[in-house]
This record gives sequence, structure tokens and C-alpha cells, in this order.
Amino acid sequence: MTDVMQPSVDAGPPALDVRLRLYQMMVEMRDFEKRAYDLFLQGLVKGTSHLGLGQEAVAAGFGAALAPSDYTFATYRGHNHTLARGVPMAPVMAELMARQLGLMAGKGGSMHLTSVAHRMMGSYAIVGAHLTIANGAAWSSKLRGAPEVTVCFFGDGTTNIGAFHEALNLAVVWNLPIVFVCENNRWMEYTPIGSVTAVPHPAADRAPAYGLPGIVVDGNDADATYAVAVAAFARARGGGGPSLVEAETYRHGGHSRADPGKYRPDEEVAAWLERDPLPLYRQRLLQAGVPEQALVSIEEASHRAIDEATELAKASPPPDLSLVEKDVYADGGAAWRR
Amino acid sequence: MAEMSYRDAVAHGIAQEMRRDPSVVFLGEDIGSAGGVFKATVGVLDTFGRTRVFDTPISEQAILGAAMGAAMTGMRPVAEIMFSDFFAVCWDIVANEIAKTRYMTNGQVTLPLVIRSGNGGGSRFGAQHSQSVENWAMAVPGLKVVAPSTPKDVVGLLAAAVRDTDPVLFFEQKSLYATKGEVPDGEIVDELGKASVLRQGPAATVVALAAMVPRALAAAERLAQEGIEVTVIDLRSLVPLDVTTVATSVARTGHLITVEENPRLCGWGAELSSIIAEENLFDLDGPIVRVTTPHVPLPAADALEDAALPNVDRIVDGVRRSVL
Ligand SMILES: Cc1ncc(C[n+]2csc(CCOP(=O)(O)OP(=O)(O)O)c2C)c(N)n1
Repeated sequence: MTDVMQPSVDAGPPALDVRLRLYQMMVEMRDFEKRAYDLFLQGLVKGTSHLGLGQEAVAAGFGAALAPSDYTFATYRGHNHTLARGVPMAPVMAELMARQLGLMAGKGGSMHLTSVAHRMMGSYAIVGAHLTIANGAAWSSKLRGAPEVTVCFFGDGTTNIGAFHEALNLAVVWNLPIVFVCENNRWMEYTPIGSVTAVPHPAADRAPAYGLPGIVVDGNDADATYAVAVAAFARARGGGGPSLVEAETYRHGGHSRADPGKYRPDEEVAAWLERDPLPLYRQRLLQAGVPEQALVSIEEASHRAIDEATELAKASPPPDLSLVEKDVYADGGAAWRR
Repeated sequence: MAEMSYRDAVAHGIAQEMRRDPSVVFLGEDIGSAGGVFKATVGVLDTFGRTRVFDTPISEQAILGAAMGAAMTGMRPVAEIMFSDFFAVCWDIVANEIAKTRYMTNGQVTLPLVIRSGNGGGSRFGAQHSQSVENWAMAVPGLKVVAPSTPKDVVGLLAAAVRDTDPVLFFEQKSLYATKGEVPDGEIVDELGKASVLRQGPAATVVALAAMVPRALAAAERLAQEGIEVTVIDLRSLVPLDVTTVATSVARTGHLITVEENPRLCGWGAELSSIIAEENLFDLDGPIVRVTTPHVPLPAADALEDAALPNVDRIVDGVRRSVL
């Protein structure tokens, strides 16, 4: 097994405004995902949804460290990453609810959240594929001489598919400005990653095979994820090439839909709930002298925002049926014959 | 006007577009230093250098993923998949990612990219390096599908594909690489979705694609000696599909024969036949006949491969079955 490099956070904690921003992002993600779950149970979110409850510190830490022109690629578990780019809650919730107001007018659904205007370049639902696509965006930045970096999020299960390995190798060979972030939540769908993987750290232990250091970070600690993100983005932007980061975290709920996640041992769930990134961070900010009122007003604003977003989404009609045959091709239509 | 091989026309077409548009980049396995395994891209690296021409690892998913990610962020990549059979190892990127993303994102993502590939049989390479897979591509909404039959069309359709705003799969028929034809001087830009009527005759409409086009023309020649004058249409592109040209011709001839290199089931001729049967039934004076490779993987032995692929005899026979 390779030595796993624990990133040092010697630089000290992030500045206070960053920390408040991290807290705000996490609170908003939490409120959003809890509401999405409720709406799913009410039958208002249809199809499927994969929540990032419990994994907020990864999305917030990396999201807060991005510059506006950087690119994000995520998976079907991508609500948090979409919000982290500043996409408003209402169109995201409306997309989950299959409404006209939706981010893609209901054509993509929960698993494909995309907002090119926010450089949220897509949420992809075929395990592993988007690592190769994210490479392309990073390659393009390099070709255009633009100082952009690309961040690509994926799960632990993704480390065992070929596209992961193809993408990492090419990213290193082409020295691309990209940061791959494995959110190791210990479970794929219903099977623990450890039971099907040759090494204990599914991402970090593979990194040396591509000439990269194995980086493991506490994915439930927003200060730590932020610090690792800042360092990895700086390396990428400075021409230092790609990084692969494994963020250890846990999903509080099941894999998708209404899955209660009962296949997981009670003690494991309880231990991770003890390490819930939100109360952990709240406590830390209080200890750092942040007045509680500042945190309460962040929380209240977020609660109001999710209520408003929900109402806006509910008030939106279903998508116009003309959309069925729109935008298959760049002429805006679906015509395949002449 | 210069005589050029189909193979050289590929490099010529790529160079024409790379010279014109600095956002065109070219990537694939062995395409640069080696000039391509079929020598179809010789000289492109020398002309444009390693900032625009990229030899890749043997990673078909990574190649097409890179092309897609670059296309969605301002570049116009041309990617090569060496043998079209290899689409099977990266079909996710083609069929789920490239083809669906514009639609899924409600038009937010535009993917101006071209994937070139050596397609089809006749090289005695055996089943895993010989299949004609244009019908796989045709079955996927969101892709455009092009397959030229002459050097001139290689240049013009490649230019049209590179300039198109949609993802285009560009099938180069391996058995045509050595063939030659006249290519006009200067810039050539053709149009996707326009079939060419190569020969006019009242007896029947024979529609062919890529390597089947010269065979259809040879069959027409033989039939003409018997006094049966047929029309031969080179479809050139499967998506967009030029139904109008075919239907107009069938309205005159009353007979449709398709000549397809792809294996029989769900070959492109099946779609074309169904359209004509549905929309032009009363123009038909005889059965629609499909001449295809049988529904088999292609064998390696020359005798067997030649027996499997549609040949002039089978095309002539197909026309007779329709008109008599
Ligand atoms: C290629 C492919 N195989 C299988 C699936 C079905 N599937 C969807 S999510 C998932 C688990 C993925 O686990 P992981 O990468 O750890 O991500 P997580 O869901 O934990 O975020 C599977 C098997 C898929 N979407 N794509």
C-alpha cells in the first residue's frame, strides 16, 4: 500500500469571510437536499434523485475555492455541486420537479443538472464517463491558454471502471489543469467499496500508478477540503498538472429515491452521524468566536430561500410539450431527414 | 483539378480545415508521427505541429471524452477511432454523452466535433476489424452520420462535418482508401444530407453508400448492357437522410434497391425501405429489395469475405428481382 499523504493545513484556517461562506453553502445544500427528499416522498419529485446529504463539506470546500471561469463536472449525485456554483435553488428544484422553470426545462432531470452560464458543465449518470469529458474541458483551457481549471467529482465506485483509469493517465500525460475529487462515501449503491476493491483507498492508492501523490482528506471538514482544493487548484493553474483527491465522507441517507440505506451497519451510520459536517463546522465557528447570531441569520436566510424556491417550483407548470422534439440538433429541432 | 487517392483526400481535408480554423485540433492513436495506421493522415503533424495534433494512448473513451469536453468549451476537435469496430469500447461516450447532452441540457451544450473512423470489410482482417457499423450510429438520436465514396466527397463532406455545429460520425470505408478520383483545386465545402444522383435510368433506383457505390455503378453498367438502365444514388449521409432525392427517383422508376455493407438486421436500407413503403407505396411497381451483407460477423478468408459482402452479381440479381 502506498503512503497516503494527509494534506497539511498548516496555513491555518481560511479567512473568516471564507468560513462563513463555507457554512452558508453547506446550510443551503442541507436545506435543499432535505426538501428534495420531502418532495420525493410527497410524489412531487418524480423519477429518481441521489442526495448529497452528509457530503456537503466536499462540495462546499471545493466549490468555494473555484474561480467563476473554472469548470465543474459532477455525477447524478450533483445537486450540491450545482448549488456550489451559484445556481439558484428554484430552477434546480423545478428541474427535480419536472417543471418548465427547471434548469433544463425538465429535459434532464435530477441526474443531469447543468448550467453552462455558471460553468456547471454537467452532471453525468454513466459511472466514470465524465472524467474523460472533464479532461476535454481542461485540455481546451490549455489549448486556449486560458487560466481556467476543471474540477471533476465522482464516487468511490467509479474508481473501478475503465474510464477512470483512461482519464487519469491522459490527464497526467497531457499535464492538464484538472482536479479529480473522489467522494469516498464507502458505499457504491448497496455494496461497500471495500468488498470489491483491491486497495483500501480506492482513489488515493491508485494515484501512484499515474505518478500522482495519494491525497486523502477528511471530507467532513470544510476547512480541510477547502485547503486541499486551494492547493490543488493553484497547482493546476500554475501548470503543475492534475491532482487526485480522495475525500472521506458518508452519505446520510440511502443511495437514491426513498432508499433508507438499511444495508449499512447501525454503528457505522451512528459513528458518521456523529461526524456530521454541519454541526461540526458550526461548533468550530462558535469556538473561533463567531457570534451565534451570525450563524442563525445564515440558517434563517437559507430556510427562507428553500421555501421560496419550493413555492416558485410548485407554481411552475409542466414543460411545454413542444420540447419533446427540440434541441436534438443544433438547429433547435429533431429533424433527421430531408 | 488533381487526381488524389481517397486516403490522401482525408489528410487534405483535415489540413484544409485546420488551416482555416485555429480551433480545429486533431487527436487519435498513431495519427501524428505515424500518419495513421491507414496512412490517411500523413503530413498533418508536420504541417500543424504538436500543439494541434495529438497522438493519444490506446484509450478510446479518453479520446472521445477529450473531444467532447473540448467541443463544449470552444474547440472543434476531430478525433479518430482507428477501426470502427472499436466504437464498441467507447460507445457510451458516443451514444450517451455526445449524442444526448445537447438534448438533456435543453440546448445549453453545443458539440461541434467530428469522429472519423475506418469502417467496413474487404481487408481480410477478420470479424473484429471489418464490420460496417454506420447503422449503429444511425440508430442514435443526436448524431449526424456521413460516409463518402469518392476522394472529392471525402474533402467536401469532411469540411462540412468540421463546420457543422453538431457531432458528426465520419465513416471512411477502408476498402476505398486506395481508390483514386479527381479533386478540384482550392477550398471544397460540401453539404451534409444531400445524396448524389450518379447515373440516371428509368428502370429502377439503386441506392448505395460508400464502398457499395462503385459496386452499384458496376452493376448498373452490366444491366445497361442488357438494356436495363437504372438510376444510382450515392446516399453520402445517413443523418440527415436525403429521403427527397430517393423518393423523387422512385416516383420515376417504380423500383427501389438498397445496397448495404452493414449486416442485414436494422441496416440503413431497412429504414429507407420502410419510409418509401409508408410514404410512396403507390409509386412502387415491384418489391423493394435489400442487398446486404448477411447477418453474420465478417469472416477473414478472402473467399469467405468476398462471398459475404454484396458484390456486383448480387446487386444485378437484386435489381432483377425487383423489376421482373
Ligand atoms: C457504467 C454504470 N454502471 C452502473 C451504473 C448504476 N449505478 C448508478 S450509481 C452506482 C453506484 C456508484 O457508486 P459511486 O461511484 O461510489 O458513487 P455514489 O453513488 O456513492 O456517489 C451504480 C452502480 C451506472 N450508472 N453506470
